Amino acid sequence: MKATFTLNGAAHSADAPAETLLSEYLRDWLGLTGTHIGCDTSQCGACNVLVDGESAKACTLLVATLDGARVTSIEGLGTPEHLHPMQAAFRKAHALQCGFCTPGMVIAGIAIAERHGADVSEETIRHELEGNLCRCTGYQNIVEAIRIGAREMHAAAGETE
Amino acid sequence: MHPFELVRPASIAAATDAFQGDAAFLAGGHTLIPAMKSRLRAVERLVDLTAIPGLSGIAVEGDRLWVGATARHAAVASSAVVKEAIPGLAALAQLIGDPQVRNRGTLGGSVANNDPAADYPAALVALDAVVETSQGTHAADDFFQGMFATALADGEIVTRVGFRIPEASAYAKHRHPASRYALAGVYVARFAEGVRVAVTGATTGVVRWPQAEAAVAGGASLAGMALESDELSSDIHAGPEYRGHLAGVMLRQAVEKLA
Repeated sequence: MKATFTLNGAAHSADAPAETLLSEYLRDWLGLTGTHIGCDTSQCGACNVLVDGESAKACTLLVATLDGARVTSIEGLGTPEHLHPMQAAFRKAHALQCGFCTPGMVIAGIAIAERHGADVSEETIRHELEGNLCRCTGYQNIVEAIRIGAREMHAAAGETE
Repeated sequence: MHPFELVRPASIAAATDAFQGDAAFLAGGHTLIPAMKSRLRAVERLVDLTAIPGLSGIAVEGDRLWVGATARHAAVASSAVVKEAIPGLAALAQLIGDPQVRNRGTLGGSVANNDPAADYPAALVALDAVVETSQGTHAADDFFQGMFATALADGEIVTRVGFRIPEASAYAKHRHPASRYALAGVYVARFAEGVRVAVTGATTGVVRWPQAEAAVAGGASLAGMALESDELSSDIHAGPEYRGHLAGVMLRQAVEKLA
């Protein structure tokens, strides 16, 4: 079944069986393996991507239902030379241990910053991270990274205005 | 997942026509797709309702707040219209699942699925809602018929839900820490003519709680009150007595928020 959507800023035409999940499409069809599959049961958030600017679990979305949507995976955020402010914040705060949950955490962090602004509180971040599991339990630095990243994202947006 | 055919009709009429054979409707998909992935469920055809325009609106008409079937939980939680008309309903939507679930899950999907631990059924029953469908209208009291059962006929589509606007209302929920479903959730709504109290999670399907309604309306003490019912659920997370006790605790928390 065909679906046309924007993927990481470029027009994309998908033609895959109706049962194809966005997580497997990104990884197996396009080789975009930054979207991780942790639980595959809609719990862990490692597969988070942005759909029309809001975080969503790619393992629970059918590609065929995304016609007209704007999809951003971790690969669409920055480059090694020019990290997205949230990626840079994760590096700065050392917000990862094994790194498996990191792509989903970064995506969730961006959605939190977009929704709650530069001065989002620790309490709000913790509440909004309910759908993301870190099995290393390294939440402390992840929360700190999202606080830094939210400030940096909004500062960067201010500079370009 | 077992292979299936997916169709994306652009109208309720086309969706009704498309519902052929072993079919299911797809809205947010955050219950159905996991069930299909684990092969608890298999269908030959999925009829996606999210491409139908005009099915996600939120508006006040007369004494009711109408929310479209494909309105997502996040939209209900953040809607200025909902917060103004029934703030307790916006607060309930904010407690559903996690942010990613709220970004995709829909009111119509939750209502049609009628999970015994879902949040929305308690709001519909306490707020004396009506469920409008492709075939007619159901009162919430008649719509929910126990675990995963509703008054919906095969191929009948929920189009919108009309919540009666109360003087005040509030929801309190004891969440399972992993699934975030309600171990017990209590919605209390005060209307000019009386109080309605509905309980989700504690029983095998949403129920009204007449004793609590009378006690809240009469200003009686709620101390020690627990839900007594033959329908109390029991599983590895909580036994029936504990669930009945939790319903009492949630009742007192919800009434406190009413003031």
